[in-house]
Amino acid sequence: MENTNFEVVFEDKLQRNEMIEPKDWMPDNYRKHLIRQISQHAHSEIIGMLPEGNWISRAPSLRAKMVLLAKVQDEGGHGLYLYTAAETLGISRDELLDALHTGKAKYSSIFNYPTLTWADIGAVGWLVDGAAIMNQVMLQRTSYGPYSRAMIRICKEESFHQRQGYEIMCHLAFGTPAQKQMAQDALNRWWWPTLMMFGPTDDKSPNSANAVKWKIKRESNDQLRQRFVNQTISQTEYLGLTIPDKDLKWNEERQAYDFGTPDWTEFENVIKGNGPCNKERITARVKAHTEGAWVREAAQAFADKRKESAVAA
Amino acid sequence: MSNTKDTQGPIWEVFLQRKSGQPFVHCGSLHAFDKEMALQNARDLYTRRGEGTAIWVVLSSAIVSSSPEDIGPFFEPANDKVYRHPTFYQIPEGVKHI
Repeated sequence: MENTNFEVVFEDKLQRNEMIEPKDWMPDNYRKHLIRQISQHAHSEIIGMLPEGNWISRAPSLRAKMVLLAKVQDEGGHGLYLYTAAETLGISRDELLDALHTGKAKYSSIFNYPTLTWADIGAVGWLVDGAAIMNQVMLQRTSYGPYSRAMIRICKEESFHQRQGYEIMCHLAFGTPAQKQMAQDALNRWWWPTLMMFGPTDDKSPNSANAVKWKIKRESNDQLRQRFVNQTISQTEYLGLTIPDKDLKWNEERQAYDFGTPDWTEFENVIKGNGPCNKERITARVKAHTEGAWVREAAQAFADKRKESAVAA
Repeated sequence: MSNTKDTQGPIWEVFLQRKSGQPFVHCGSLHAFDKEMALQNARDLYTRRGEGTAIWVVLSSAIVSSSPEDIGPFFEPANDKVYRHPTFYQIPEGVKHI
């Protein structure tokens, strides 16, 4: 091999927009960054099942219940695609789960807010999944092959999630005055936490520079946040609801909406573990994992026993 | 393709055939303790929307793969054999169906 400088090969590949694959040489920090980002993403999918799961037993119709079940099952699937993508970087599923359960790894701050009414399920699908899609569409072109492939699969499935949420919002917004108020109340509570999902502003985002340099991310937090706001306004207007931001207005010069600043102190607090539901979420997750231990043990014992009898035979 | 021992069962690679006659394409991986479980998990995980009509699962550790460092020596011999391509040959004008 002529070129023994692995770093040059790696940089050249990125330059040519070629993907990095698991067996390729990569800088340690690229690997670490990916493990952090992909696992955080996987954890968000798994924890994201909890606020919505909260409403499966209380969905207002059989149709709504089937839809919500399918959506929550999808989130579980998305988590699994992402965990196996992270595992191609040389970390085990147990290590990944352990990091989540001990609080060493983070997940999206949004899932630390409660789903108080059925309208919240609408708002989560419409806004939270909408914001996630914005991010995920970009990540389809991320530079790490397994991550990109997982994102392509996820994006195909995700658009049903946002549409079912908007459908719920439509039913409520065009229903009785009390139902419309429920929808407005959910929008009021979810709007700002949704904008925070894109992460800190570009000048305060510690991981952004590397992510862009390595083409893991191709757009910045602020760019994605702006696009989300631009796309969501007309959807809100159609519903006849009001976005809880008095600074929101169309800027003719920028051809974009100006909008207010999220409460970043609240964001920091939720990230640090002091959001309304942080403890509840992790407790539920650890409980499910612990109570499932016997299933894993039994499956292992069964597989071992079969192997033994195959050897004996 | 982590080699670390964990409690989740080994990793399996999943290949899907969209419909009969088409090639099996790798679609991702999963954990399972044995082959029946691998097949069922693959069905649940990768065909929730009718993406396939047949599935292969294979232990990730059973896959033998070329390594990126060997791209040159491993694949280059093909590049200097242009006579393996139909465009290498000149066919007189007017000759058809060839």
